[in-house]
Amino acid sequence: MSEFLSYFRQDRLPHIWCPGCGHGTVTGALVRAIDRLGLDKNKVCVVSGIGCSSRAVGYLDFDTLHTAHGRALAFATGIKMARPDLKVIVMTGDGDCTAIGGNHFIHAARRNIGITTIVMNNETYGMTSGQFSPMTPKGMLGTTAPYGNVERSFDLCELAKAAGATYVGRSTSYHVPLLIDLIEKALQNDGFSVVEAVTQCPTYLGRKNKLGDAVQLLNWIKDQAVNVKAAAVMPKEKLEGKFLIGELHNGPAPEYSAEYGELIARVQRSFENVKGGLWECASNSD
Amino acid sequence: MPKTVKLMQGNEACTAGALAAGLRFYAGYPITPSTEIAELCAEELPKMGGCFVQMEDEIGSIAAIIGASLTGKKAMTATSGPGFSLMQECLGYASLCEVPIVIVNVQRMGPSTGMPTSPAQADVMQARWGTHGDHSIIVLAPGNVRECFELTLRAFDLAEKYRVPVIVLTDEVIGHMREKVELPDPRDIRPFNRAAPRSPAGYKPYAADPDGGVPLMAPFGAGYRWHVTGLFHDETGAPSGKSDVADKLIRRLDAKIENNVDDICEFSGEGLEDCEIAVVAFGSSAMSALSAVRRARKEGVKAGLFRPKTIWPFPAKALREVALHAKTIVVPEMNLGQLALEVERIAGCSSKVVKLGKVNGELFRPEEVYAAIMGEADNGGTGQGSAKAGEGAK
Ligand SMILES: Cc1ncc(C[n+]2csc(CCOP(=O)(O)OP(=O)(O)O)c2C)c(N)n1
Ligand code: SF4
Repeated sequence: MSEFLSYFRQDRLPHIWCPGCGHGTVTGALVRAIDRLGLDKNKVCVVSGIGCSSRAVGYLDFDTLHTAHGRALAFATGIKMARPDLKVIVMTGDGDCTAIGGNHFIHAARRNIGITTIVMNNETYGMTSGQFSPMTPKGMLGTTAPYGNVERSFDLCELAKAAGATYVGRSTSYHVPLLIDLIEKALQNDGFSVVEAVTQCPTYLGRKNKLGDAVQLLNWIKDQAVNVKAAAVMPKEKLEGKFLIGELHNGPAPEYSAEYGELIARVQRSFENVKGGLWECASNSD
Repeated sequence: MPKTVKLMQGNEACTAGALAAGLRFYAGYPITPSTEIAELCAEELPKMGGCFVQMEDEIGSIAAIIGASLTGKKAMTATSGPGFSLMQECLGYASLCEVPIVIVNVQRMGPSTGMPTSPAQADVMQARWGTHGDHSIIVLAPGNVRECFELTLRAFDLAEKYRVPVIVLTDEVIGHMREKVELPDPRDIRPFNRAAPRSPAGYKPYAADPDGGVPLMAPFGAGYRWHVTGLFHDETGAPSGKSDVADKLIRRLDAKIENNVDDICEFSGEGLEDCEIAVVAFGSSAMSALSAVRRARKEGVKAGLFRPKTIWPFPAKALREVALHAKTIVVPEMNLGQLALEVERIAGCSSKVVKLGKVNGELFRPEEVYAAIMGEADNGGTGQGSAKAGEGAK
C-alpha cells in the first residue's frame, strides 16, 4: 500500500467521496498501472472535467488539471499537441464524457490522439445528486427520471471503437485486477485509448433504485459483467441484460501528435529558410 | 534584418503580430470574418515548429489553447460572435486559473448568426462581462491594420505579464481591410515571457502579493507537479471553500488589472488639448470619426478624437482630463451604445454624452459623425442636441 501513497498528494487527503463510492477504487487502479509501467511522474499529466469522478486528479501527484464540465479531452488535446512527449491521461465521469463532453470524445477518438481516457461510469450524475445520464440503463430511476428513465443508453466502448479509438476495454470496480491490466495496456497504446470502469454510486444511484449498500451495489455490477472471452461461447439469450468486460478492441493506427510532428518535419525541410514567411521570426523561434 | 513594408490585411497583421510575439500554438474553428487567421496559422506555425489544431468547436478551441499555454507555449485562438459566445465559460476558467491566452474576436453583426459578413462593435460588453462571475479583463481594440500587428503582439505581452486572457477586439472591416504596413525589425522586438519559478522546491503556484501580485508560472512537464482547478483555490492550488480564501483570490485577480491601468491602458487622439466637442470612438468607427473631426476643425469647431486602444480597462484618467474642457462627448459605435455607458460613467457628470449608435451592418460615414459634431456645436456644445441613437445625417 505505502508504495502507492507516493502517487498521492497526501496533504490533500481525505478525499471528498462518500463512503462506499467506487471512484477511489478506479483511481487506485490507475496509480497501480502507472507504477507497474514505472512512468516518470514528471512526464505524466492527468486532466479531468467536472463531477465527483473528476475530483480524483486533485489528489494525484502529477501535473494535474481539473477543467470545465465535459471539456477535459479538449484541454488535454492542447497539452498533448504542445508536448507530445508527455503521457496524458484523462479521468472523466459518464456524464462528463458522454453528455456534455460527447463531441470532444468522438473527435479525440477520430484523431487517435495519444490520450488514455478512463471513464468512471456510475451510470448517474453523482455530483449533482442523481439525475439520469446518457449511461443510465433504460427503466432505472433518477431524480430527473422519477417514473423511470425512458432514454436508451450508450454502449460507450462501441461508441469509442466506432469513432476511431485504437484501444478499448471495460472493467468494473469489482474486477480490479482486470481494471489494472486494461489501464496498463491502454497506457502503452500509442493512440487514443478508452477504459470504461463501471463503478458504484451508492449515495444516489444505489439509494434511488433501492439497490442496497455499496457492497450490494458492487455485487449487482458484478452480476451484470461477463468476460468477453466467456461471452464468445455463451448463447445470446444468456447475455441479455449483461455487459462485456475485458479487452474489447486493440487496433493500432498512427497517432495524431506523431503524425503532426512528421508534418512539421516535412514542412521545415521544404522551407529551410523560414524567412519569407508571414513573419521572419528566426530571431525568436524555439 | 531591416524594417519591411507590406500590403497586409487586418487578419493577416493580427497573425503576424502573434507570430512576432512567439505564438507556437493555435486552435480554432472556422468562422467568418476571422477565418484567415486560422488559415494563416495552419500555414505558418509548422514552419517554426509550432502547432495548429482545427478543433470540433470553439469551446474545444479555447480549452486546447489553455492546455497548450500550461505547457509554456504562447497560444491563441480567433473567432467571431457565435464562437465568442461559446468560449465564455472557459474564458472565465483562464481568468481564474491565471493562464495566459489571446483571443481575437473579429466582430460581426449579431445576436445569433446575424449578418455574418457585416461589421459590428456590439461585443464590447460581452468581452467585458461575458463569462459568469466577477472578474476583470483586458480588451484591446486596433484602429487600423498596423495596430492589428502591434496590439496582437501587445496582447501576448500583457497576457504573459499579468497571467490573464487578453481579447483583441477587431471587426469585419478592420479584419478584411488592406493597408500598407511597416513591420518593425524583428531584432527590435522583445516579447515578454511569463515569469517562471526557479525550482520545484516549495513551489506555491498561486502565491502572490494580495495587492494585485502575479504568481510565478511553472510549465507542465517540468517537474513541478502542480494542480490547476477552476474551483477557488488557495496559494498551493488546493481547492478551497473558505470565504477568506475566496475573497482574497477574487480581489487579487481584480487588482492585478485594476491596479495597473496606467501600464495597461493606451489611447491615441487628435485635438484633445483644447476640444470642446470630443468624439470617443474605437476600431473602424474611429476612422470615420477622425475625418469628421478634422473637417469640423477646418470649419472652426474645436472638435477632438479620443480613441481608446485599450477599451477594458478604459483609459479613464485620460478621458476625464479631456472632459474638463469638452462639454460634449459624442460616441459613435456600431451598436446601440455600449461603450457610451462607460464614457457616461467616467465623464457623464461633467459632459453631455451623446450616443450615436448604428446597427444596420454599415460603417459610419464621416458625414454622419460630422453632422453630429456640428449639431452639437450649433447647440453651443452644451445641451439640447437631438442626436439619439441611430440618428446621424441621413
Ligand atoms: C457547464 C456545466 N453544466 C452543469 C454543471 C453541473 N454538473 C456538475 S458535475 C455534473 C455531472 C457529473 O456527472 P458525471 O460526469 O457522471 O460524474 P459523477 O459525479 O457521477 O462522478 C453536472 C451536471 C457544471 N458544473 N457545468
Ligand atoms: S455522490 Fe456518488 S459518485 Fe459522488 S462521491 Fe458520492 S457515491 Fe461517489
